[in-house]
Amino acid sequence: MAEIILQGVTKSFGKTEVIHPTDITINDGEFVVMVGPSGCGKSTLLRMIAGLETTTQGEIRIAGKRVNEVEPKDRNIAMVFQNYALYPHMSVYDNMAYGLKIRKFPKDDIEKRVQRAAGILELGPYLQRRPRELSGGQRQRVAMGRAIVREPAAFLFDEPLSNLDAKLRVQMRLEIQKLHRELRTTSVYVTHDQVEAMTLANRMIVINAGVVEQIGAPLEVYDEPASLFVAGFIGSPSMNFMPGRRAGDGVDVGGGVVIPMPPEARARAGEQVTVGVRPEHFVTGAGAAGPVFSLHVDTVESLGADSLLHAGFNGTLLVVRIEGHSTPPAGTAIRVSILPGKAYFFDTATGKRLKA
Amino acid sequence: MEKRVIFRSAWLPYVLLLPQLTITAMFFFWPAAQAVYFSFQLQDAFGMSSQFVGLQNYADLFKDSHYLSSFKVTAFFSVLVATSGILISLLLATMADSVVRGALAYKTFLIWPYAVAPAIAGVLWAFIFAPSIGIVTYFLKKIGIDWNWIIDPEQAMALVVIASVWKQISYNFLFFLAGLQSIPKSLIEAAAIDGAGPFRRFWTIVFPLLSPTTFFLLVINIIYSFFDTFGVIDATTQGGPGDATKILVYKVYYDGVKAADLGGSSAQSVILMIVVITLTVIQFRYVERKVQY
Repeated sequence: MAEIILQGVTKSFGKTEVIHPTDITINDGEFVVMVGPSGCGKSTLLRMIAGLETTTQGEIRIAGKRVNEVEPKDRNIAMVFQNYALYPHMSVYDNMAYGLKIRKFPKDDIEKRVQRAAGILELGPYLQRRPRELSGGQRQRVAMGRAIVREPAAFLFDEPLSNLDAKLRVQMRLEIQKLHRELRTTSVYVTHDQVEAMTLANRMIVINAGVVEQIGAPLEVYDEPASLFVAGFIGSPSMNFMPGRRAGDGVDVGGGVVIPMPPEARARAGEQVTVGVRPEHFVTGAGAAGPVFSLHVDTVESLGADSLLHAGFNGTLLVVRIEGHSTPPAGTAIRVSILPGKAYFFDTATGKRLKA
Repeated sequence: MEKRVIFRSAWLPYVLLLPQLTITAMFFFWPAAQAVYFSFQLQDAFGMSSQFVGLQNYADLFKDSHYLSSFKVTAFFSVLVATSGILISLLLATMADSVVRGALAYKTFLIWPYAVAPAIAGVLWAFIFAPSIGIVTYFLKKIGIDWNWIIDPEQAMALVVIASVWKQISYNFLFFLAGLQSIPKSLIEAAAIDGAGPFRRFWTIVFPLLSPTTFFLLVINIIYSFFDTFGVIDATTQGGPGDATKILVYKVYYDGVKAADLGGSSAQSVILMIVVITLTVIQFRYVERKVQY
């Protein structure tokens, strides 16, 4: 078990800097998820921790030791790859034992560790099979078993569930959660799926274009997004954004609606302000305080427990989430307002959240 | 679903097949049948008359020490050409696969020799190693090696092996490179994290995954060294000195064309035909159902 520290870490390919200076501290036993759109550099960052990519600048420390110049095999980490990277010509048992054999573990110790991992992952009946005789979920488990047997200081997961179908993904997500509860090994998990990030993470790191936008617990990031990017990326369906301009103590978002700004946001606001509202933070009908939006329902997505209304407002399309059994039909007009304190204000130019 | 073309006419498909069938029949079936026929005949030296002698030609062959030694020469030559051709190209492919800069140039240069005809390759190497004017000969003389493949059987064998291997490396290289590139990079990375060094990774991961390719190339290379190397040998040693480089296919030509022993030569080519059929069967048996990972 170990702490992983990244200090001023950058990565450049030629003249292009793909990871801008980054500082991250991952605590011992923590499950950290790096999340961001594809190409944002999250996998590169993970591969730098693993030692599969060189670090251009800065320092990476695992368990207090600088590892920049250390070979992957000596970093005491294990990695689970997106395509599982199982050795196709070896049995499940040999796949898991390979690393132990190379490290010259005694034979009975190897046997014990593999059997234990197989027990945890319910792979017992498949130990003599070849990877190609297994289903996707079983292969994924073998890949995790290969990581577990070595009892490394940290697990690195590189989009491990993206090759599985939706149902299996949910199941494996729960298994990974359970596994981490049992083993308490420091884990770094990379994904582009914000649901995976929200459900698995102790803390999540939101990355965009090689820059860490925000680090925090999932709900913290959800409730207090630091930027337009984070606000739009985390949460599904994503936050509604309405570009507007300053009007006194509020923001005029058009259509005759002025949304009042709290004093701490006001102080730092420029002329152009974008207001963000999550679909679930709209309320319909009477009883709502604050400015009222008059919307025309364009399309309705009924999901059962709730419904998503897509409604045009001043040239943009807003998504409103309402309770499933009081859904107005498409084509009707509705009036909604924002729950108190649930409007987010962003500087349109910098994308930063306006907050004291 | 397989797409089928349906002809309304009964004769059109046969007409379309005819040119290919004619060529196959004229240049393969007809000579092969003739070889079988002649192998049972004894002809006089001028080709004026011939008589049926049954299996006499075959019996003579297996009593002929020259023929048996040609078998040995061929076996030795094939093993050398196949193994060194495969090993060298595997090495080159591994290196070319790990090159980042200028990979395309290396690959192109390594594939070029395949475009050279065997006879030209033979002449090329014969010049390079020529006893009096060869450039390599010059350097060999400098380090005290007396190089003359025209009179030294081992050097003659070395020369034809080098020329044949050089010619075949491109082919092997292409297959190995394709094989290497089909191994996912993450597999190698996983092995690296598991603690395997480069050498170990190669022998425990890469090589086993290349084994279907290697087996396929082994069969192809043996067939190549049995038959396609005729051009190399004819352009350089012509089987000499003595019988040192007279492989089976060259002996068929020599006995039939130069020594005018049509019956014996035919019997040899029938035996050779049986050998190639056996090799092809082995190839289909094993390569067709090669292990699918």
